[in-house]
Amino acid sequence: MATVIIPTPLRKFTNNTARLQVAAVNIQQTVDELTLNFPDLKKHLLDDQGQIRSFVNIFVGNDDIRDLQQQKTAVQPDTVISIVPAIAGGYA
Amino acid sequence: MSNNNPVTFSKEELARYNRHIIIPEFGLEAQQKLKAAKVLVVGSGGLGSPALLYLAAAGVGTIGIVDFDVVDDSNLQRQVLFGVEAIGKSKVEEAKKRLEALNPHINIILHNTQLTSQNALDILKDYDVVSDGTDNFPTRYLVNDAAVLLGKPNVYASIFQFEGQVSVFNYRKADGELGPNYRDLYPTPPPPGLVPSCAEGGVLGVLPGIIGSLQALETIKVITGVGEPLVGRFYIFDALNFESRTFNISRRDDNPLNGKNPSITKLIDYEQFCGMKAVEKPIKEITPEELYNWQVTGEAFQVIDVREQQEYDIVNIGAELIPLSTVAANADRISKDQKVVVHCKMGGRSAKAIRELEEKFGFENLYNLKGGILRWIDEVQPELTKY
Repeated sequence: MATVIIPTPLRKFTNNTARLQVAAVNIQQTVDELTLNFPDLKKHLLDDQGQIRSFVNIFVGNDDIRDLQQQKTAVQPDTVISIVPAIAGGYA
Repeated sequence: MSNNNPVTFSKEELARYNRHIIIPEFGLEAQQKLKAAKVLVVGSGGLGSPALLYLAAAGVGTIGIVDFDVVDDSNLQRQVLFGVEAIGKSKVEEAKKRLEALNPHINIILHNTQLTSQNALDILKDYDVVSDGTDNFPTRYLVNDAAVLLGKPNVYASIFQFEGQVSVFNYRKADGELGPNYRDLYPTPPPPGLVPSCAEGGVLGVLPGIIGSLQALETIKVITGVGEPLVGRFYIFDALNFESRTFNISRRDDNPLNGKNPSITKLIDYEQFCGMKAVEKPIKEITPEELYNWQVTGEAFQVIDVREQQEYDIVNIGAELIPLSTVAANADRISKDQKVVVHCKMGGRSAKAIRELEEKFGFENLYNLKGGILRWIDEVQPELTKY
């Protein structure tokens, strides 16, 4: 089972779970599995066309899936997948 | 960095920077580069405070600070530049005082203004490096685009609750290769309301201390050329689990600023681009004392509590509970015919609720309880439980 690390701002949609295990073999299946199990995540990860939102980056290991095979990027049982949305804080 | 004159140090300066100068990889040469450098720090808040303190202490010769705000008591939990005596005073003025007391050998330039598309290029152009510690997406994209258009490296850091991010954008390596910028990492911002700001979502006070210090570190590396700056890499820190990860990031062909077919050649309207204001228009406020007077004088009003049920169970002031996430769905429960006071724990969520109600439903009768239930307890009902 691959591991998905959920960022702090999205943990409220995953029962405050930081790490989730998925049976998926690629990123598309990972996203499908996550949004099936946690429907509230969907609008944060996917746009109306079902594409990964442009302010959400997904990394497989250390690499951006946009530099790999996007949603078709394969994941192995020992893969760590990180979801990293844009955050803008710093000042207030 | 762009200074051709030999940089010299007084005896006091040499003594002050001794611990830098004796590092073999750093030495007098790097210290000279620091003294010759001009760094612009955008925002003197949570990230700007530690970044400014360390950059000043380290001996960056010229430091510019952009900020238009005044110090608020809710800043002091993390904005370590400021003390109690600074409350209500100009941030840049107070920052200058503190930094000059820390290091009298440097030059501080103040830009007591909001950074906008109209003034950004003019302000940034005189600096070698930009250090972005702002708190909203419009200004993030503005700083990024201005830095790219001017060819300046942009040391980026951002925080939210327990999470921090750092990268060095638009840095040209010695071999001429240009690193990615913010638009390569995040081409477009989240739609308004989907990602809360720190003012609404909160931030652990020490987190900007950690991340702002990393920002100062990378700024010093960019100036001196010592070490490998965080270029083409994206660092994130999760304070809750104490985990940090560093990802590889790349330039993208479709970057509208400097990809294959650039479409942005000058600064744009970033509030329109992000669909949100960089600085929110003020909402009406009421102090606990004023609310108490309304009660006493029999004024007709409704009170709405936008906290969560479990918070309400700990302590409440008899208001109607409509948690923030359900406010829009329950807008019909909120009166339009009389004054309505909206409160939460400290005033952040209730401000957000008011903005949402004003924007979506046209409410004009909403008042934010200043300082939330905590200030109410302090000033009106000290017998209630604080949490």
